[in-house]
Amino acid sequence: MTMRVELDEPKCVASGQCVMASPEVFDQRDEDGIAVVLDETPDDGLLDSVQEAVAICPAAAIRLVEQ
Amino acid sequence: MRRILIVGASAAGLAAAETLRRQGYDGTLTLVGDEPEAPYDRPPLSKQILAGEWHPERLALRERSDLAALDLDLRLGTAATALEPADRTVLLADGTRIPYDGLIVATGVRPRRLPGEGAHVLRTLDDALTLRDRLAPGRRLIVVGAGFLGAEAAAVARGLGAQVTLLEPAPVPLAHAVGEEVGRVLSKVHLDHGVDLRTGVGVSEVTEDGVRLADGELLEAEEVLVAVGSSPNTEWLAGSGLTLDDGLVCDEYCAAAPYVYAAGDVARWYNPLFGTRMRIEHRTHAAEQGMAAARNLLDPDARKPFAPVPYFWSDQYDMKIQAYGYLRGHDQVAVVEGDLTERRFLAAYRTGDRLVGVLAVGMPPKAIRRWRQAIAVGTAWHDALAGAAPAAEFT
Repeated sequence: MTMRVELDEPKCVASGQCVMASPEVFDQRDEDGIAVVLDETPDDGLLDSVQEAVAICPAAAIRLVEQ
Repeated sequence: MRRILIVGASAAGLAAAETLRRQGYDGTLTLVGDEPEAPYDRPPLSKQILAGEWHPERLALRERSDLAALDLDLRLGTAATALEPADRTVLLADGTRIPYDGLIVATGVRPRRLPGEGAHVLRTLDDALTLRDRLAPGRRLIVVGAGFLGAEAAAVARGLGAQVTLLEPAPVPLAHAVGEEVGRVLSKVHLDHGVDLRTGVGVSEVTEDGVRLADGELLEAEEVLVAVGSSPNTEWLAGSGLTLDDGLVCDEYCAAAPYVYAAGDVARWYNPLFGTRMRIEHRTHAAEQGMAAARNLLDPDARKPFAPVPYFWSDQYDMKIQAYGYLRGHDQVAVVEGDLTERRFLAAYRTGDRLVGVLAVGMPPKAIRRWRQAIAVGTAWHDALAGAAPAAEFT
């Protein structure tokens, strides 16, 4: 089962919390700080950190879904 | 532990519930909330919801299926009314008694009000929708309190064409939080957008036609929004034996008593990173502390002190403010990047000999994160500023 990272970009508030929780999977655009998903289907070893990013995102803009 | 009860179904309570399940807790998990809605997000209330840009459904913190997967005993629309610690039982307004093995208190805060009837406050979805329906071009709105919430609401109301008067009792808005110079720069944006900002003006009461100022003058408006801070919801804990002092007092593990933890706006806990007790009303903090409290409750032998760098942001017009750390009570501010007058800057805050905070407007994210990291590891002020050439310093 593969997990896919979904970002609801219009909801993102550019807090950068996801980048701190999971720097391998998220980054921020330089111009406005909006989140960017670097790896939409991260390896299992990264899923804990992505879960952390989902939980900490202040805009509830990230979901981890089974595909 | 087979029965965990979380009182408060907003960001902190939900984060606690999710963490418990993620950590493998499979016992009964009861989540009690006094509002009827499923857990929703509050920051957009004073932004996209007030502006009418978003349908309220967008506020849901989790999709229905994600919420269902948590297998919660979800009790919404019911407030907790008392805690009986000897019996480890919480009483609800509908008469239900809920026994627990572990309890997480996340009951948040409620807006302070002023004497008199008819003013809006802005805390719940209902509050936001009610105010939104009353704002229209040319309509006069008085906002009492130029803190972050009042400032955001004033900005949105201007965007909707309302005539806005923003009243602030302090000489400089936000000075207690961000310092006078930064506060002055942040408040000027309201003048630039046609808000009638009046500082050093106290309000004694809300009247039928507007507000009465401390000096007796009547100021007329169709709508009044009171945004003068909030009070922690701890009344239901009176008589429980827990320590209440502007919040539920906790140790560095977020524990208020054995098997009783607190998280979010309501919790006053000891933050070892800054060596002080604090109560933080920020959105990210609620989630972080909910997670920390849940972990510590579930695994007491491996519990960890909760030592976060608080973070908040505020959107006003096209200006985004972001801040890390604990700025309150700072001794010095230095503008280390950019320029205050251009509203593109990063200001660093010193308390004692430590870097304790940064506040940024219009700066790239990587620049801010570097400073956040320096705060997280307790960098000395001298070291933090080495290499920086402060454009301006204020004490």
